[in-house]
Amino acid sequence: MSDLERGVREICRSFRGDRTRMMDIVQAVQARYGCVSSEALNVIAAETDTHRVEVEGIVSFYTFLSAQPKGRVVIRLCDDIVDEMCGMRPVAQAFSEALGIPFGGTTPDGAITLEYTACIGLSDQAPAAIINDVPVTYLSSDKAREIVAELRRHGDPRRLVHRLGDGNNAHPLVRSMVHNSIRRKGPVVFAPFENGAALRKAMAMSPAEVIRDIKTSRLRGRGGAGFPTGMKWEFVRAAEGEPKYVICNADEGEPGTFKDRVILTEYADLVFEGMTIAGYAMGAAEGILYLRGEYAYLRVFLEHLLAERRRQGLLGKSVLGRAGFDFDIRIQMGAGAYVCGEETSLISSCEGRRGDPKNRPPFPAQRGYLDRPTAVNNVETFCCVARILDQGPGWFAQIGSRASTGTKLFSVSGDCASPGVYEYPFGVTLREVLTEVGAEAPAAVQIGGPSGQMVGPADFDRTICFDDLATGGSMIVFGPDRDPVYIAKRFLEFFAHESCGYCTPCRVGTWLMKKKLDALLEGRGEAADLPYLEDLGRTIKFTSRCGLGQTAPNPVLSTLKNFRTAYEKRAPARTDGHRAAFDLQAATAEARALIGETTAIY
Amino acid sequence: MSEETVSITIDGVEIEATPGQTILQAADAAGIYIPRLCAHPELEAFGACRVCTVKVNGRPQAACTTPVAKGMMVENDTSELLEYRRSLIEMLFVEGNHFCMFCERSGNCELQALAYRFGITAPRHDYQYPVRTLDGSHPEVFIDRNRCILCGRCVRASRDVDGKHVFDFVGRGHEKRIWIDAEARLADTPLKGEDRAVSVCPVGAILRKGTAYRDPIGRRAYDHRPIGSDIEACRPAEKKG
Amino acid sequence: MAKPRIATASLAGCFGCHMSVLDIDERILDLIELVEFDKSPINDFKKFTGRCAIGLIEGGCCNAENVHVLQEFRANCDILISLGECAICGGIPAMRNTIPLRECLEEAYLHGPTVHNPRGRIPDDPEIPRLLNRVYPCHEVVKVDYYIQGCPPPADAIWAALTALLSNKPMELPYELLKYD
Repeated sequence: MSDLERGVREICRSFRGDRTRMMDIVQAVQARYGCVSSEALNVIAAETDTHRVEVEGIVSFYTFLSAQPKGRVVIRLCDDIVDEMCGMRPVAQAFSEALGIPFGGTTPDGAITLEYTACIGLSDQAPAAIINDVPVTYLSSDKAREIVAELRRHGDPRRLVHRLGDGNNAHPLVRSMVHNSIRRKGPVVFAPFENGAALRKAMAMSPAEVIRDIKTSRLRGRGGAGFPTGMKWEFVRAAEGEPKYVICNADEGEPGTFKDRVILTEYADLVFEGMTIAGYAMGAAEGILYLRGEYAYLRVFLEHLLAERRRQGLLGKSVLGRAGFDFDIRIQMGAGAYVCGEETSLISSCEGRRGDPKNRPPFPAQRGYLDRPTAVNNVETFCCVARILDQGPGWFAQIGSRASTGTKLFSVSGDCASPGVYEYPFGVTLREVLTEVGAEAPAAVQIGGPSGQMVGPADFDRTICFDDLATGGSMIVFGPDRDPVYIAKRFLEFFAHESCGYCTPCRVGTWLMKKKLDALLEGRGEAADLPYLEDLGRTIKFTSRCGLGQTAPNPVLSTLKNFRTAYEKRAPARTDGHRAAFDLQAATAEARALIGETTAIY
Repeated sequence: MSEETVSITIDGVEIEATPGQTILQAADAAGIYIPRLCAHPELEAFGACRVCTVKVNGRPQAACTTPVAKGMMVENDTSELLEYRRSLIEMLFVEGNHFCMFCERSGNCELQALAYRFGITAPRHDYQYPVRTLDGSHPEVFIDRNRCILCGRCVRASRDVDGKHVFDFVGRGHEKRIWIDAEARLADTPLKGEDRAVSVCPVGAILRKGTAYRDPIGRRAYDHRPIGSDIEACRPAEKKG
Repeated sequence: MAKPRIATASLAGCFGCHMSVLDIDERILDLIELVEFDKSPINDFKKFTGRCAIGLIEGGCCNAENVHVLQEFRANCDILISLGECAICGGIPAMRNTIPLRECLEEAYLHGPTVHNPRGRIPDDPEIPRLLNRVYPCHEVVKVDYYIQGCPPPADAIWAALTALLSNKPMELPYELLKYD
């Protein structure tokens, strides 16, 4: 038996060969051997009683997993639009030159791999990268060169952290250079609290009363869709099937969002408390925190907090001494797939599958994780839950507006003086926020992340709430020099890359849309392209299977609506009947180069 | 109306459906054709191609995965839905390399037949000409991924009917491909020529060797009658008042 | 009144679609009553002699000359029709689209098993039209108004389409005449 076979078998057996723990298994193999090789696939399949092709399907789905060997150190530079605006390109060049390899390459000694990655939740301290699990922030070309020199010296990404960030970023179990950048505290999330206080109050009531309180508070989900939390819990409680599950969606991946990172760094206990209350209210025994792979550096710290809560009797058998109420939380790591923020994809991933969304109905509340009734809520939602039980639903409901109670966290980044996290009551106008974040000349704001909409000054007096400008929290500010078409292109590139590929419109449509935007940006656009993009966008939205596809065209559709002139100047009408996308010189360039012809054609 | 059925309305026509049926199944039984590609009567509903998208009480839903419910108002044959479906079919044509003129499946291909039914003469989308692989290693069956539309019929049939799990998906987004339960060669899987996974392929992506061009032009499945005609032929006579 | 003029061309095609035009059999006599043929391999006119009502294009664009001919047709014809699979989707010639051009040319002129090429050069005479990086469907190069599918299109489809367009009627083919093979 080879070393690899023995090692992989050991890993599989540590999870009892349970195929539903496939994510943990393949990530452990990846961590130990640098990839999940062909031989490893066979061993995993045999040990978990699955087929090799299923395991291969999973490994090939997640960006952080790989069938090919990678360097011992993997540098993943975030290439989202905010990082680019903050100077990512020269940083990328510096990394590439210092290492002597292109992006996607590995140094000949197998030491370092260089890659791009989608948003890593550090847009307020961009440009940023994650090196293995270690976030590095505020990068510059000089810093990139220093990092390469250091890694060449000691090969240990953890030793790149010379100055620690604020708050728990400096905790010995985190030791990260990341900053919280909490710019505005509100009464709900960013407020002091006492561990166990809310849970005690909840457990003094019946589960039905807890749900009644949540309904009274009119709390709606903070992930973006805004589904009433109390109603979701009631469905789960009433659904047939045991056990029931509570899942916390900590897979924020929308470019420009990072609020959950800050919550988990500073207020994780509030989240765990909310989850435990949810468990009590719905009669669930197990909770899962689905943590995005990019936040792996927080894992040990979060495990420690969970252990503390167990010690304090806030988790585990007979929570707070109540016989019959057992509830514990485990952390499930993601591995680089934005679509897993979609609740049914997240459930697929927790079950050890490809992160494909599921068909609805049945809804997760009826049949979710392992086909059992499951409530999936956002990190911030659980914070609200804990606070509602602590302070009372009436207290919560008087914050914000009538249909959008409570506060909302905004992850603000882009062209503004003070990027960071802001807690505002719902109903605040966009203009108030822009003033406070120090946006000097905002020309456009992407609200709700790329899947939300891009609005211009005409919309700045609108209010942020579920009935007007709805948002999951991401807010990217763009100054007057930014090009809306280019921004839309970058967002579409993101969606096309993150599409799971299950359904036709999202898999093919986002890709076609991205290519059409490329043509416009390369000066190969024509008037007919604009109605084409609108039609394509409508088709993708209407026919896609999950929220990713249903919102992916939004950056294009909203910029076409609000910034149409930017498109029109790239899409002139033609009278000669020639298609602008076709360029004879470009199309013959390769042939001419092959025969050493230097002149243009005709 | 009997007690075991519920009534739903499709394009203004009231039909009886059995609880547990999907909209697609109920429509089929009533002789109303809803276009589809990934759906197959012997296989679990999948909901991938989205060609069967209908409006249910005003909201888009895949007819193949949505169970019937009392009083549902379904829109199927409307110009709006027709446009969306055409666009989806055209996406599938440009996504792969569909050279009908030499494809063994031509005339019996469900993708092509849908395009005929919709009168598609040229796709509005640009052809992508992707690089895709073929696998001819197996003595009885070959895979040509140029023609694969990722409907997942082979995945479901191999797993649920043949009990083998020869096929599954790898990659994601536009890099998603059908793959096999072996390192590289179809010949190294337990697939047999007569497996259901082979015969359920709606296009020419998985084909049995030695069976090509058996039906002469004019005698192929969709030469004279559009796809769905068989379902529409089962439409019962109008209910008498 | 002068008869409407028709022009035809075969780009990267096999002339099969032109054969199918001739396949309308005795109806060709009716056709020449209806129209005058302008630039076309059928009458061997090399140049346009006047504005044409209809241009029929067989084949896609595989080289610079194809592009020039196609653009010339667009400029001289009121209605441009892509005739057959190659014009519409690139067809058989487009099978090369998934292979890099260098590989195609090297296989054809340098490394292929039957190649005799002592000078070891890829043909570069200025008279040879330069190849495009891939084969393009006609509608990706110029605006195309109508498409007649088939490999080749059935003669009945061509006849039905031409007679409809010449009498200003919409081009609607019956189900059995829309075929991709």
